[in-house]
Amino acid sequence: MLRIEDLRVEIGGKAVLQNVNLHIPAGETHILFGPNGSGKTSLMLTIMGYSNYKVTRGRITFKGEDITYLPIHERARLGIGVSFQRPPTINGLSLRKMVEICSSDREANVDHLAEQVNLSSFLERDVNANLSGGEIKRSELLQLSAQQPDLVLLDEPESGVDLENIALLGESINALLNRGVKRSGSDVHKGMMQKRSKSALVITHTGHILDYITADRGQVLNNGVMQCSQNAREILKWIREYGYQECMTCTN
Amino acid sequence: MYKLDSNGEVNPKDFSTEAESHDYIEDLAQIDGSDTAEFENVGVETDDSNRSATFILKDLSVVHCKSKQEGIEVLKITEAMDKYDWLKDYMWKDISPEKDIYTQQASESPGEGFFIRAEKGVVSKRPVQTCLHISKEGFAQNVHNIVIVEEGAELHVIAGCSTARHAERGLHIGVSEFYVKKGATLKYTMVHDWGEKIFVRPRTVTHVDEGGVYISNYISMKPVGSLQMNPITYLDGKDSIARFNSVLVAAGGTDMDTGSVVVLGAENARAEIISRAITTGGNIIARGSIIGNVPGVRGHLECKGLILNDGLLHAIPELEAHAPNVEMSHEAAVGKIDQREIEYLMARGLDEDEAISTIVRGFLNVDIEGLPPSLVRKLDRVIADTQDDMM
Repeated sequence: MLRIEDLRVEIGGKAVLQNVNLHIPAGETHILFGPNGSGKTSLMLTIMGYSNYKVTRGRITFKGEDITYLPIHERARLGIGVSFQRPPTINGLSLRKMVEICSSDREANVDHLAEQVNLSSFLERDVNANLSGGEIKRSELLQLSAQQPDLVLLDEPESGVDLENIALLGESINALLNRGVKRSGSDVHKGMMQKRSKSALVITHTGHILDYITADRGQVLNNGVMQCSQNAREILKWIREYGYQECMTCTN
Repeated sequence: MYKLDSNGEVNPKDFSTEAESHDYIEDLAQIDGSDTAEFENVGVETDDSNRSATFILKDLSVVHCKSKQEGIEVLKITEAMDKYDWLKDYMWKDISPEKDIYTQQASESPGEGFFIRAEKGVVSKRPVQTCLHISKEGFAQNVHNIVIVEEGAELHVIAGCSTARHAERGLHIGVSEFYVKKGATLKYTMVHDWGEKIFVRPRTVTHVDEGGVYISNYISMKPVGSLQMNPITYLDGKDSIARFNSVLVAAGGTDMDTGSVVVLGAENARAEIISRAITTGGNIIARGSIIGNVPGVRGHLECKGLILNDGLLHAIPELEAHAPNVEMSHEAAVGKIDQREIEYLMARGLDEDEAISTIVRGFLNVDIEGLPPSLVRKLDRVIADTQDDMM
């Protein structure tokens, strides 16, 4: 689904990512660990095509197409969707309108989708205006559920979310990725299994989200360099035991 | 000729106060097609089934003046002065004819204007619509308007001002005096659609009594040669409220100097002034002034501007407190569209142009209550045009 080869990225002339390699096959969820400032968000925004992030080497292919220099909206239309950590408020644009924008020409029942993430009462408010951390996450997931991307990029989905809401959030993510076990409507297990699950790259600092979603693989990004591709839970055990300090020694 | 002097003033004597008269039109549907289009541009509906009353002034002539609701009176100002002796107490009450060269002209050669009065306790079921229209080249239209909303009454006026396409140059001087009595509500939605060589000088004073509410919406999105206005509202009564929403768009060749002054003169008086200004090459001075004269009053001023490609935006928010225990604040921001907002929308699938127009539409989307659907459509059209201008 997504393949990144030997990627080097600069912001304002300063390298933030170096020789990053990453492969996310269709239907797999990958976890990206890393200490603060390691370049996780930079990688995500580079995949999305944000203008600040200049690719100076390597390439990104999505569904077999080279998207390294494609504008943001074309990547979105190809099927990449991001849940941002700190999305901007757009004054005068309601969340409802935003969800409609996300659904483009797909049929979307905005009210129903909003109900799923407990945001019904926010639909007429300006998108992202005065939201708490948890509300931002749910608002982003609501938008993605209308956008239905094939590759979902989630930037720290658990940060700022209180314990009560994290389960709901995990459930929403699983539903978005077609990996949930919660039945919706008449779906039986077999039917649900036949729906192809989506691919995802999930950024996490703490790893808490792993208690709620299924991960196929994990990697650690450290100082702009990717390392340690293996089982996500094992990586998390190491990080919990020894901290990111231990990862530093791998880089050196 | 017709040039602004170094003080930004134009000499009224350079314009003619004479104009041929236009016939009275009994039935709005009979209005000439080209006029209809221009009236509709400023919110006037020629199918008046959604209006309580209509007043249309073309140059010097009142071509239509009719009320359909009992208790909502609409008259020519000259007729009203003859009819009501007491009206002289409302004329030139807080605007001196000596205020400036425009008020001088308006008092020396008075033209027409409207008198609208909602009787005590009467609620206008539908808006009253007025249109002040200039069709003669080089004409100076001097008008004097008075609106009185008696105790407990509620009135919504949609006031349009426009110029005929063929009239290039003109001057509009509008002296308006509004009175919102105890517990009454006046919602005044003004839509301006002038021309690139039209000079516009409205002079407005409003008084609001105890518990009264005055809501003023102002929309000017088409080029205007020179617009200068700074209406004053006196919140004289306890618990009185004033809210101003302005939407200004200035293309190249437009010069706007607009603002609102609110004087909070009684306990618990509250005011809010909100303006959104976009320039695509014109000049906008957006003023706002709240003056707190007694304790326990509140006011907020919000002045936001976007410069799309070129132009001048000068935001001048002012707060004056003359008493302790007042709450007054202002928020002013002038800039360009935030790249983060554009990219956020692009990440949701909009291309750059669509993202920008979505942001601009949102920016101008101040809460203008009761805007008729035709005006909402016009707003959308102008936003689309504005975008063409800046691309």
